[in-house]
Amino acid sequence: MDNRLLTMDITETNMFSIIQSMWLTFLHMFHKRETIQYPEEKVKLTTRWRGRIVLTRDPDMGERCVGCYLCAAACPVDCISLQATEDEHGRRYPEFFRINFSRCIFCGYCEEACPTYAIQLIPDFEMGEYNRQNLVYEKKDLLIDGQGKYPGYNYYKVAGLAIGGKDKGEAEHESPPVDVKSLLP
Amino acid sequence: MEAPIHPMLIVAGVLGGVMLVAPGLIWLERRLLALWQDRYGPNRAGPFGVLVVLADTLKLFFKEDWTPPFADKKVFIVAPAIVVITALLGFVVIPFAPGFIVSDLNIGILFFLATSSMGAYSIILGGWASNNKYALLGAMRGAAQMISYEVFMGLSMMGVVLLTGSFSLQTIVNAQQDLWFVVPQFVGFVTFLIAGIAETHRLPFDIPESESEIIAGFHSEYSGMKFGMFFVGEYIGIILISSITVCLYFGGWLGPAFLPPVVWFILKTFVFIILFILLRASLPRPRYDQLMDFGWKILLPVTIINLMITAAIVLFNENSP
Repeated sequence: MDNRLLTMDITETNMFSIIQSMWLTFLHMFHKRETIQYPEEKVKLTTRWRGRIVLTRDPDMGERCVGCYLCAAACPVDCISLQATEDEHGRRYPEFFRINFSRCIFCGYCEEACPTYAIQLIPDFEMGEYNRQNLVYEKKDLLIDGQGKYPGYNYYKVAGLAIGGKDKGEAEHESPPVDVKSLLP
Repeated sequence: MEAPIHPMLIVAGVLGGVMLVAPGLIWLERRLLALWQDRYGPNRAGPFGVLVVLADTLKLFFKEDWTPPFADKKVFIVAPAIVVITALLGFVVIPFAPGFIVSDLNIGILFFLATSSMGAYSIILGGWASNNKYALLGAMRGAAQMISYEVFMGLSMMGVVLLTGSFSLQTIVNAQQDLWFVVPQFVGFVTFLIAGIAETHRLPFDIPESESEIIAGFHSEYSGMKFGMFFVGEYIGIILISSITVCLYFGGWLGPAFLPPVVWFILKTFVFIILFILLRASLPRPRYDQLMDFGWKILLPVTIINLMITAAIVLFNENSP
């Protein structure tokens, strides 16, 4: 479009549309406000909102995390650090589990990587701190006394791994172990 | 008319009133813009968020008052003062109520035109002294815009002057007892209002500032209270243009007797201030060359034709009876 046409547009043909747009803007006075008055009024977050990260427990209140490091490996910003260890029953658990939320980008990759549904992102974003150091969450800050999004799931009950009090073949839906040295079916 | 009020009291009243209302407009503008954009705007500090003005002012005062090392220091400091002083000088000739006028000059309109043209200096000097290409671009645009819109701003007022036969604003207001001049001078009113918006470089004519193109235009390098002066100067300009429009075309203080004249004047002025804000809320900014084309090719001929027709009618009416 050449320059003259544009000039015509704004000056002559569009004069009434200018008045119309002013009138429409004026009418917005009577519309509903879009603002959510935050501290008094909370945002409605969906259940899948990726917010604060928690470590969940299984139905027996045992830690779900088995210290496999997959979350730390999946984390694109390397904000998760942990050290796996074993208890007297042969159950693995993290000795420490640390998430630096000043680095975390809440991408949820750790949750996707977790094989035991232990690490989960929950709909909560109110994590502001005055001191940066306070954004480093230790295991006691992360661990919750609940099962999160996957109620009823108990990793050690369904896994084939032998731990103290549950031998091979004793897990749920698990067939007895095959004797590889026998020829009988 | 009652006994004349002491002139110093009038000066103090006008100055205090304007200096109180101008920062208040910051709040009003933000609230109204929010209202027209389905938001709330500042509503936390104080009742309806009025104290946001105080918070803003304190913030500006405590900001670092920085002069860039490459700037022309003296001019850089003087420029923001000019905009406030010239805008305030314009209030000298405005009659807020019968007798409530700082100085009833017999060349009131000319004085107003002179002071409002002086405002262009602050833009040019500020932009030039900043020694920054964006500031200079903004200053050039501002100068061109103000000078070209000044031309028909004056011409569109001449219609009213012809009808009244006087340059004194008090006489002009008194001449509107029977009919506001907006009726016989509607074209003049529209062109004057457009020129007034351009003169205060408010949206949609904020070409000298146009933050989406040239950062903040002529005041790119300003910070702290110097920037605040430009800000306040702009709001004083809005009040000035609104009051002049009310005086020239909407009968100034005239109105039904159940309210005192000053209240009528303030009410009418605020209608125009709100119109200024509505313009900002709804209209986009034209391109620089479109603005110039619009001014010189459309508004200037329209004002001249309006002036000639008015003059012909006045001459005809004088000679016919």
